[in-house]
Amino acid sequence: MSAATLLDGCAAELARPAADTQRPVLRERGQREVFCGLTGIIWLHRKMQDAFFLVVGSRTCAHLLQSAAGVMIFAEPRFATAIMEERDLAGMVDAQDELDRVVNRLLERRPDIRTLFLVGSCPSEVIKLDLAKAAQRLGAVHMPRVRILNYSGSGIETTFTQGEDACLAALVPVMPALPANSAAELLIVGSLPDIVEDQFLRLFAEMGITKVGCLPARNARNLPSVGPNTRYLLAQPFLGDTAMALEGRGAKRIEALFPFGVEGTSDWLRAAANAFGIDKALTEQVIAPGRERARIALSKLRPQLEGKRITFLPDSQLEVPLARYLQDELGMELVEVGTPYLHRAHLARELESFGPGVRISEGQHLERQLDRVRADRPDITVCGLGLANPLEGEGLTTKWAIELVFSPIHGFDQAADLAELFARPLRRRDMLEI
Amino acid sequence: MQLAVWTYEGPPHVGAMRVATAMEKLHYVLHAPQGDTYADLLFTMIERRGKRPPVTYTTFEARDLGKDTAQIFQDAAREAVARFNPQAIIVGASCTAELIQDDPAGLSEAMGLPCPVIPLELPSYQRKENWGAAETFYQIVRQLADKSVVRSPREGRPARANILGPTALGFRHRDDLVEIRKILVQLGVEVNLVAPLGATPEDITRIGQADFNIVLYPEIADEAARWLEKTFDQPAVRTIPIGVGATRSFIADVAELAGADPTPALGDTSSRMPWWSRSVDSTYLTSKRVFIFGDATHAVAAARIAREELGFEVCGLGCYSREFAREVRAEAARCGIEALITDDHLAVEDAIAAACPELVLGTQMERHIAKRLGLPCAVISAPVHVQDFPARHSPQMGFEGANVIFDTWVHPLVMGLEEHLLTMFREDFEFSDEAGASHHAAHSPRKAQVDTVSEAPVEDIPAPAPADEPGSLWTAEAERELKKIPFFVRGKARRNTENFAAAEGRRQIDLETLYDAKAHYAR
Repeated sequence: MSAATLLDGCAAELARPAADTQRPVLRERGQREVFCGLTGIIWLHRKMQDAFFLVVGSRTCAHLLQSAAGVMIFAEPRFATAIMEERDLAGMVDAQDELDRVVNRLLERRPDIRTLFLVGSCPSEVIKLDLAKAAQRLGAVHMPRVRILNYSGSGIETTFTQGEDACLAALVPVMPALPANSAAELLIVGSLPDIVEDQFLRLFAEMGITKVGCLPARNARNLPSVGPNTRYLLAQPFLGDTAMALEGRGAKRIEALFPFGVEGTSDWLRAAANAFGIDKALTEQVIAPGRERARIALSKLRPQLEGKRITFLPDSQLEVPLARYLQDELGMELVEVGTPYLHRAHLARELESFGPGVRISEGQHLERQLDRVRADRPDITVCGLGLANPLEGEGLTTKWAIELVFSPIHGFDQAADLAELFARPLRRRDMLEI
Repeated sequence: MQLAVWTYEGPPHVGAMRVATAMEKLHYVLHAPQGDTYADLLFTMIERRGKRPPVTYTTFEARDLGKDTAQIFQDAAREAVARFNPQAIIVGASCTAELIQDDPAGLSEAMGLPCPVIPLELPSYQRKENWGAAETFYQIVRQLADKSVVRSPREGRPARANILGPTALGFRHRDDLVEIRKILVQLGVEVNLVAPLGATPEDITRIGQADFNIVLYPEIADEAARWLEKTFDQPAVRTIPIGVGATRSFIADVAELAGADPTPALGDTSSRMPWWSRSVDSTYLTSKRVFIFGDATHAVAAARIAREELGFEVCGLGCYSREFAREVRAEAARCGIEALITDDHLAVEDAIAAACPELVLGTQMERHIAKRLGLPCAVISAPVHVQDFPARHSPQMGFEGANVIFDTWVHPLVMGLEEHLLTMFREDFEFSDEAGASHHAAHSPRKAQVDTVSEAPVEDIPAPAPADEPGSLWTAEAERELKKIPFFVRGKARRNTENFAAAEGRRQIDLETLYDAKAHYAR
C-alpha cells in the first residue's frame, strides 16, 4: 500500500523513519509465565458452535482447561481431555486404538458435533502420538457427518494465543477453493466476538464489499472459500502460521494496523476498502460515525490514562498493537512492551509509532523481568493471573491480560471499553481508602 | 485413556505445589514445559495469595528437547537457589518432563547445591493431586527430620503435639487450624509445629520432639504420620474433629495422649450446634434426604453429622479418592447404602438425580449439578473455589466448625417455621419445599414443576363463594373452617380440596372432606 492511498489519520505514522524497524529488542530466555496453546480452546469452542475440541493429553491438560475456563466448565463445554494413563504409555494398549474408542464414544454421545479437533498436547507430542494419522483414520469412518482435524496446542510448541493460530491453520487446507476467475473476496482472519464481527461486516457492506468471509466461521462446516483472489485481513496479531497457510493457497494479505482504537480500526477498514477499490469519500463516509462515537467515548477516558506509565508482560501477542493504541490515542507512556513472540512483518507498522525509549522484550526470563517491573514501578502492569495478586501485594497496580483476550475490544464501538479495562484498576486504586 | 471434561483432582505435582506453597523457605524446582505455570493462578486467584507460589518452572520448549533440557533444569535450580536462598528445595517433574526422563533427582545431586535437595517421584500418569501432596510431605519429613532427636521426659513439662496436614488450597485449613490450636490451649498441650502450613524446613528437623501427632487431613498427612509413628514412636490422633460428636472424641483422644483433663475443652460454651439442632424450629430437618460427595475425610464426617447431629437421612454418599474408599464404604454401610467411589462427575450427577435428595452436600461440581437439578446445596469439600476462601473466619473443625456447618447446610433449605406453616399444602407452587428458600433466587421453582402442579391457572385468592349459593359444593361449616387457614395458602387449599372432592366423586364438601383432602395431600 502506498502512502498516497492513506488519509490523514495514518500519514503521520508512515512519515516516521524506517530505521525504527531496526530498534533493539531485548530477547530473553528463562521461566515463561504464560499459558500454553490449549487455552485457546476456551474461546474457540464458543466461537465455532458445531465444533468439539478433544485434547489428547494428561491430567495436567484437563486441570489447566478447567482452571482457565472457570465457571464455563460447568456449562456443557464442547471440549474434553482424553487423559493418557500409565497403560497407554507402557504400550499395554495401543494409544491409537484407545483414541478410536474414546472418539467413537464421544461422537455417539454428542451427535451435534460436526467438526472434531484432536488437539495435541505436550505429552502426546513427546511420545509422538500421530494425531494427523488418527484424524485421517477416524475421518474416513465419520465423514461426512463429522470432519476430524488435528493441531497441536502443546506448551512446548505454542504459547497461549498461538493455539488459535494452530487451529485456524488446520482449517485452511479444508477451506473450499475460490475459483481463479471469481471476483475478489475479503477474508477476515482471527476469531472475534460475534457482535464485533457483525459490526465489521455491516461497515464492509456499507462500503459495498459484500463478499466477506470470516475465519473461523461460526459454523466450522461452513468455511469461507480461499484462492488467489482472496485478500485477507488479520484481525489478530498472533496468526503467523495461519497467514502462511493462506498465502500457500494464493491469498494475499492486506497490510494494516490492527483494529484497536480509532486509528487502528480506521486504518484496518481503509486498507480493506483500498484493496477493493472502494471510493475514498464513501469509505470516509462509512467510517465517520464510528470514528466520531469512539472519539467522544475516548475523550472521557483519556484524562484518566494520559501520562500513566504502563508495562506489558508477555502474554497474548496483543501487546504491541495495544501498546500502540494506548500510547497514540490515550497518551500513556510505554515503559516495557513484552511479548512472547514478535512477528516483525505483521507488526512492522505498529512498531513504527513506538518512541525510542520504549523497551521491547521478546520471550521471558520471569525473575529478571519482575526485577525490571520493580525498578520501573509503572502505574499499571499487564500480566497473567498467576502474577497479578503478587504484584498487587507489592503495591503495583495490575491488569489481567486474559481479559483482553476474552472481552470484545476490537473496533470503534469497543475502543472505549478497551480503554476502560486499563482505566478501571487505576480508578479503583484511587478510590479505595483501606 | 479416560475421557474427562472436569477433574476433581489435579495432577500430583499440583499436590506438591500445595505443600511447597504452604511452607516457608522451601522452594520447588519443577521440570515442566511452558504452560504448566497455569498452576500458579490456583494459589494467587482462588486463594488470593499475595505471594507467588515458591516454584521455579524450567519451561522447556520443543526446540530444547533432545538437546539441553537437563542443562535448563540445572540452570533453573542454580538460579532459584541463588535468588531465593531456601533452606531446602524439592525437585521433580511434571507429566511431560517425566516422559523425557531427565532425572531431576540425579541432576540436582550432581550439582552440589548448598541446601538439602529432596527429590520427588510423582507418577503423573497413575496418581493424582492428593497423593502427590501426601508423598511430597512424607518425603520432606523423612529427609529433613533429625532422627537423633531425643524427647525430654514428660515430667514437669506440657505435652507437645505436631499438627499435620494443613496445606495451601485446602478446604478451610486456615480456619480449622485456629480451632485446633484453641482446643490444644484448653488442654494445655503445646504445639511443637504445624506442617506443612507455615513450617520451614528447619522446623521440620525438630518434628521428633513432639509426644504425638494430630492428623487433621489424612489425605495429606497420613503417610508421614505413619512414618513418624515408626521412627519416633509418636502415636497419632486420627479422629477428625468435624461435627460436635467428633470434636468431643477428638478432645478425649488428645486429652488421653496428653494426660490432660478434657473437661474444660468439652465444656466450650460457644458450641451452639446441639441446641440449634434440638430447638423446635429444626424439627422439620428430620429425615431430610441428603446426598453427600467429596473427599473421603469431609464426606465421611458430613455423613456422620447428617445422621447423628441433624437427623437427616443420608440417601447417597461417595468420594473421588480411591485411596480412601474403604472408610467411605464403611460409613455408607452404616447409612445402609452403597458408596459411590468415582472421579467421573457425570456418574455423580446421575447418582444425585436418581437419589432424589432434598439437599446436596458436595464440591463445587456438585454445587453446579444441584443448581441444574434445582436442589439446595452446600459445599463441604475441595476442590476449592474462590468462595471457599471467605474473608471471615469459617472453620469446619471444632465446635465453631459445627456451628458454621449448621448454618451452611441449613440456610439453603426453607426455614423451619416457614416450612411448618406451608406443609399442609405442600404442592402449592410458591410455597412448596421444592421451591427453596425465598431468599435464594437460584432455587426458584422449575417451570416444569409449576406446570404439572397448577392445572388451573393460579389466580388471586378467590373470594369464598357464599355457602348457600345454589350450586356451591361447600357447606357453610366447611367454608368457615377454610377461612381459618392462613390467607396465603387458602386459595390452594380450596383448589386442592375441590380437586380431591371431584376425584373422589363427592357431591358436597363438608368438614370431613376438607380434612380428608388435607390428609390426602400430606406427605
